[in-house]
Amino acid sequence: MAMTMTEKILARAAGKESVAPGDLIMAKLDLCLGNDVTSGVAIDEFEKAGFDRVFDREKIVLIPDHFTPNKDIKSAGLVKQMREFSKKHGLVHWYDVGRVGVEHAFLPEQGLVGPGDVILGADSHTCTYGALGAFATGVGSTDLAGAMATGEAWFRVPETHRFDFEGTLGRYVTGKDVVLFTIGQVGVDGALYKAMEFTGSAIRGLSMDSRFTICNMAIEAGGKSGIIAPDDTTKAYVEGRFRRTPRYYTSDADAWYEKTYSWKADEVPLMVAKPHLPSNTQPAEELNGVMIDQVVIGSCTNGRIEDLRQAAEILRGRKVNKDIRCIVIPATQAIWKQAMDEGLFDVFLEAEAAVSAPTCGPCLGGHMGVLAKGERAVSTTNRNFVGRMGDPGSEVYLAGPYVAAASAVAGYIATPDQIGGRRQP
Amino acid sequence: MTALRGRAWTFGRDVDTDLIIPARYLNMKTAEELAEHVMEDADPTFAGKVKPGDIVVAKENFGCGSSREHAPIALKGAGVSVVIAKSFARIFYRNSFNTGLPILIAPEAVDGVKEGDELTVDLATGEIADVTSGVKYQAQPLPPFMRELVEAGGLLPYLKQRAAAS
Repeated sequence: MAMTMTEKILARAAGKESVAPGDLIMAKLDLCLGNDVTSGVAIDEFEKAGFDRVFDREKIVLIPDHFTPNKDIKSAGLVKQMREFSKKHGLVHWYDVGRVGVEHAFLPEQGLVGPGDVILGADSHTCTYGALGAFATGVGSTDLAGAMATGEAWFRVPETHRFDFEGTLGRYVTGKDVVLFTIGQVGVDGALYKAMEFTGSAIRGLSMDSRFTICNMAIEAGGKSGIIAPDDTTKAYVEGRFRRTPRYYTSDADAWYEKTYSWKADEVPLMVAKPHLPSNTQPAEELNGVMIDQVVIGSCTNGRIEDLRQAAEILRGRKVNKDIRCIVIPATQAIWKQAMDEGLFDVFLEAEAAVSAPTCGPCLGGHMGVLAKGERAVSTTNRNFVGRMGDPGSEVYLAGPYVAAASAVAGYIATPDQIGGRRQP
Repeated sequence: MTALRGRAWTFGRDVDTDLIIPARYLNMKTAEELAEHVMEDADPTFAGKVKPGDIVVAKENFGCGSSREHAPIALKGAGVSVVIAKSFARIFYRNSFNTGLPILIAPEAVDGVKEGDELTVDLATGEIADVTSGVKYQAQPLPPFMRELVEAGGLLPYLKQRAAAS
């Protein structure tokens, strides 16, 4: 039976020859994940249900990243509970401040997730790992509690929607623009409960960092997962990094897709999602002049080294506008070090941007750059819901690092070309 | 099962989890604490007005966004007895079953019910009666597996039963 790669991975995890959309399966998990917002409730539920041991101490990853370094006493309590649970059960993959990073940048970087895996994470952006050719999906805390106890989870096999981009992306156009364009086309529930498979020559031409950005935001179209077929780029990333044996699955040529969307890559402009939905998109160029107060460059969506290089490319030799706070947040310790070694921090500091320790921080209005009433930000993060970055009367415009950096220089929404492009050092 | 009864509070489409419980309160995790801030950014007076048994009625894609289980916990903690919507976002749907917040998909009811109407809901049959208007609606039946989960008392008891049986 012809299957999509998502169906093949789920069939393997369910111990079946094949599965079809709509099938209900119990899948064996290769890894499960919680963060400081979701783990506390999961641990409470785990203990309340009377479980006394975890299914595998090497397959549970607990990552304090949302409100860390602890922003207040309550969040310190949540992390303390995770730390104690990790020690009590001898969890191998517990990472604390100084070693940790934003979960969806950290896990792939550390080789904890890889091709062919089934990964369950108590965080909606768990779908990021689909960029490696894995099935990864977000759930809540009780599902995590069940996963930690049994190593299994139930899934309804999703129908797959295919998003095909052929050709070459325009100048400065990245994975963020591709995914914002997609969400703008289908809406915030356009792929509700579906696997979103991204295909085509433009996708194959993207770096791993850009692919992570695309799959990261599948949830913003309602998707259960995002996925990209592993290729030489994937293999080069995984080799010497992934700690288990990769299983490379690709979709059969005659696999069934519930829907197929086809676009030409050069139709994708530099995109911005206006308040208050990620689907409320418009070409960045048309928003030129919208005044802003803050720029955030970071998060599980765009806090990787390529994103920081792109921001630096625009900020090099320039200053952040005097009325703007520009906050750069490398997503992990390793990215932080690499950015430092490459001299990117010199660029940011000379431009008068602030560089923070790895954290989700302002993305969800936690700390490190919360907005006041009436303030407006351009952010490389993933959500622009009401109150997402602070006061319910503040606004977030989502964009990629190029537009974010150009806007920081201009003081209003701008594309790199609108501020005169990159400058030679 | 006795019917649920309460006042309808109506909302639009794409009510996201940041509206249901803003991220700034995710340093808390108990139902009591979270209930004080439920729906705060959609209606700051909601937590003070909602009464035990009341019913949230919303359009498409209720609960979109983050995976926070704090969203159904906050609604349940505030006394909301059931959420009726045209459709639910996927993670919120799972979380509601897992935390014991009843949810029903009933597009006709969502179109017909007005803010402030008195509703009764029979979870066993899916019958929704608008006492104020006198109109009755039928919710979509639960998929068989979701019914099994509910009958087992939630996900964790279900997993325990399953482990014991194997």
